[in-house]
Amino acid sequence: MTVHGLTLDIVQMVLVTIVAAATPLMIAALGELVAERAGVLNLGVEGMMVLGAAAGFAVAVETGSTFVGAVAGAGAGLALSALFGLLTVVLSANQVASGLAMTILGLGLSGLVGASYVGLKRDPAPHLALPGLTDLPGLGRLLFGQDGFVYLAFALAAGVSWFLWRTRAGLILRAIGDDHTATHALGLQVRRVRFRAVLFGGACAGLAGAYLSLSYTPFWAPAMTAGRGWIALALVVFASWRPFRVLAGALLFGGATVLQLNAQAAGLGLPGQALSALPYLATILALVLLSLGRRRGGSLAPAALGRVFTPHR
Amino acid sequence: MRIVQGALVAVLALGLGGAQAQEKKPGEKLKVGFVYVGPVADYGYSYQHDQSRKALAAALGDEVETSFLENVPEADSERSIESFARSGYGLIFTTSFGFMEPTLKVAKKFPKVKFEHATGYKRAPNVSTYSARFYEGRYVCGVIAGRLSKTGTLGYIASFPIPEVVSGINAFMLGAQSVNPDIKIKIVWVNTWFDPGKEAEAAKALLAQGADILSQHTDSAAPLQEAEKQGKLAFGQSSDQMRFAPKAQLTSIVDDWDGYVVGEAKAVLDGTWKSHDTWGGIKDGMVVLAPFANMPDDVKAQAEATKKAIADGTLLPFHGPVFKQDGSEAVKAGENAPDPMILGMNWYVKGISDTLPR
Amino acid sequence: MRIDLTPRTGRSALMDALSPILAFLAALVIGGLVVAALGRSPAAAFVTYFMAPLSEVWSLQEVAIKAAPLALIATGLAFCYRANIWNIGAEGQFVVGGLFGGWIGVAAHGIPGDPLWVLPLMLLVGTGAGMVYGLIPALLKVHLGVSEILTSLMLVYVAELLLDYMARGPLRDPAGFNFPQSVTFDDAAHLPYLMEGGTLHAGVALAVAVVVLATLVLGRTLFGFAVRVVGASPRAARFAGFGDARLTLAVFAVSGAAAGLAGISEVAGRIGQLQPSISPGYGFTAIIVAFLGRLSPMGILVAALVIALTTIGGEGAQIDLKLPLDLTRAFQGLLLALVLGADALSRYRVRFVPGATA
Repeated sequence: MTVHGLTLDIVQMVLVTIVAAATPLMIAALGELVAERAGVLNLGVEGMMVLGAAAGFAVAVETGSTFVGAVAGAGAGLALSALFGLLTVVLSANQVASGLAMTILGLGLSGLVGASYVGLKRDPAPHLALPGLTDLPGLGRLLFGQDGFVYLAFALAAGVSWFLWRTRAGLILRAIGDDHTATHALGLQVRRVRFRAVLFGGACAGLAGAYLSLSYTPFWAPAMTAGRGWIALALVVFASWRPFRVLAGALLFGGATVLQLNAQAAGLGLPGQALSALPYLATILALVLLSLGRRRGGSLAPAALGRVFTPHR
Repeated sequence: MRIVQGALVAVLALGLGGAQAQEKKPGEKLKVGFVYVGPVADYGYSYQHDQSRKALAAALGDEVETSFLENVPEADSERSIESFARSGYGLIFTTSFGFMEPTLKVAKKFPKVKFEHATGYKRAPNVSTYSARFYEGRYVCGVIAGRLSKTGTLGYIASFPIPEVVSGINAFMLGAQSVNPDIKIKIVWVNTWFDPGKEAEAAKALLAQGADILSQHTDSAAPLQEAEKQGKLAFGQSSDQMRFAPKAQLTSIVDDWDGYVVGEAKAVLDGTWKSHDTWGGIKDGMVVLAPFANMPDDVKAQAEATKKAIADGTLLPFHGPVFKQDGSEAVKAGENAPDPMILGMNWYVKGISDTLPR
Repeated sequence: MRIDLTPRTGRSALMDALSPILAFLAALVIGGLVVAALGRSPAAAFVTYFMAPLSEVWSLQEVAIKAAPLALIATGLAFCYRANIWNIGAEGQFVVGGLFGGWIGVAAHGIPGDPLWVLPLMLLVGTGAGMVYGLIPALLKVHLGVSEILTSLMLVYVAELLLDYMARGPLRDPAGFNFPQSVTFDDAAHLPYLMEGGTLHAGVALAVAVVVLATLVLGRTLFGFAVRVVGASPRAARFAGFGDARLTLAVFAVSGAAAGLAGISEVAGRIGQLQPSISPGYGFTAIIVAFLGRLSPMGILVAALVIALTTIGGEGAQIDLKLPLDLTRAFQGLLLALVLGADALSRYRVRFVPGATA
């Protein structure tokens, strides 16, 4: 089956690559989405991600288990986000500055943690292999041949969506993100909900980092996240704080990079800098369009996002 | 003047307890400093330079003391270089192209300190430059790739369109063409020296589009690992990356600065150091090819022969006739490309169908 | 257990001054423990980090040079943050200022007679470019209601890529063997040195002047009053003649201009040419500096000096004690976290209520 020299297999390989490239963005962005829905802007995603990558790889090497490594990566992100939550939620410190502090701290700590694991190699996380299904031509590898992180990312989107719109706790979380003063007056536990949302976001960022060092490129190298935490932040906005749009956006962002590289390989060159700038310009454009849309009545950003809350008694 | 300076420094050191500047006296250790643009843990360019620092410490033992600064941003490097000079370091290696102007500025202020700048082209009485003819190694890789490719298409992951990278692509292609005139190459520019994720994506793109052998001019082992995962072949970069891809690595172009670094330190110790330009290749041991692996014996033999021919000077990668992409003659038949042409190369050789980004 | 925060009545100036100092001491203790755990002497590390850079005229100058862009950018940001406007794209405004101001320097290369208009024009264009670039997120916020936090951040990457493109492409030195950097500026395009034989350049004086000016503007003018009160009471600012929109545009213009001026001062001062990257993250570090300095220009000046000191001390620690760079980074992150925490403790009385839920 060949259409213009593109076989179905090439298309599938490109799609598999896009999904893999999108996975860390999805996981980190979904976590950040929950935190932002609760009203907390965490600019420390990159730091939590890179710390998760280092800790995840180190623990996987020590225990020999990718699973334990992934859990440790999430745990490292969670630990750093606990510090962030302590500062911003409990002590009402400024979120922008605290988040940047976490990024610097995370980069430094990851270097210290990962120092003795440089140059080591592990086998990548195992991929699903279902007899018959995985070998289906055209779709088998795409649907039934990914590793656990990928399926988890999609499950996470469904879970977050269900939680935010189908549960009482999710409703409370969104309400708090929109108006902490009113929800507080109603007797809701603003800070507890926010703290938990921050922890969830940190764990997701750590897990996304662990995906990079355990599955995507299975080794540890300093600063290997290379700015993906910032892309995840952009993605949440781009997706207008909706989980399934995060999936779509991540596939789009990942797809833009991968297709750009494929276009080059196919001999269609474009200036690299312009293409690298695309995700950021796309986010700004999305923000503008969203704002125009809002004028016609939709509600989008959590209204209390980034604002400090202190219960006065 | 020197005495005055020394006395002043001594006073400062006594008075404030922390000053480190001092002049080297005969019989004292030679302090050798290294300034790296990346982390020593990159397992690529900076790592390989740090190996030479360790080799220096091992070779000269008590005669030298070494130290390094890593992750030094090029725009902010003048101070880093000067702090070595002020801390009594007698020989300072600045290992990235972007350190060129700062190195010259500092060197002007410290005429007694010797500086060694890698990959640049400006020198001074106390500034030497050195680089390696990486393209020689790439030519050998090209011969291997040309012999082994089943699809007739090679993949090349490139960082930035600077001459060193472009001459590497050309040499790789000329090597491949020497054994397979119809060979094709696909080139992907990733616009970074180090981003494992993006390098892996580039590798996947090239493999998906029919390349079966990868070469890279970026620093991480991610492309090699990707080739290994898909049962394809690839060349390593900067250091021997066999451990990352034992079934995929054919060879690796290893930057071996050990001999050069030790030699320069010895020259300073002997008082024979002079400013000069070194552009060493396979012959000088500066470009080393990791043991040939994952290939049949006859290809291995041809690779060894090519390497030997380059080493003894009977084979020059840019030996004419060399044609540019548009068919015009860059090097006349029987002549060799002069060094300045190779150093400033900004065109592709014939047979590459992509356009070079600018 | 529940934790309650009650605003302290009658905040004491003593407490205000003491809290960052206590945070600094706490960071020192934790850092010292880590250093000890790495098997080095905490006392030696303290001397290297904090004393040595202050013990020489040269390193004092370097601290000032490093602190100048931080203080300049952070002072501009203080206007934004006081008005509850979140410009986190100062890095981009810095880069754009350096790029466009530097462009004049490149264009003026080779004009005989070192004309006097070159430098002022560079500074003007750089400052203006930063201001215009800063106004983009401000206009998007004012007219379309788009969050300035995210747009200003996204524009950082766009600016960096633009500089990268220009330095590798159109503004590349034609005689530079296709290496990615511009010509080095003529003397007319260099900020003059303040001391004969020193490294201190006029950019440092500019930074100090701006800090002083900002203190006056914030404390003595109607605009400063509006900026100060708008956070607490937008209505009061409106009475002073500054609506939300006007104020947003004004503070973004001020901070963008300050960052742009810092960018061109760095390019015309230290770097002396355009390179693919001109900032080791000054724009982001400045956000930290702004908060460390509690959004007051004088406090910012002190905070910038502290951060510069730890950075330069961190290099000394790498050279002399072989302590990793990552330790310096982790220390800076920790220091900021502790200062922010201590700040909260000085603003609020914390009560632990056992048994109750948060």
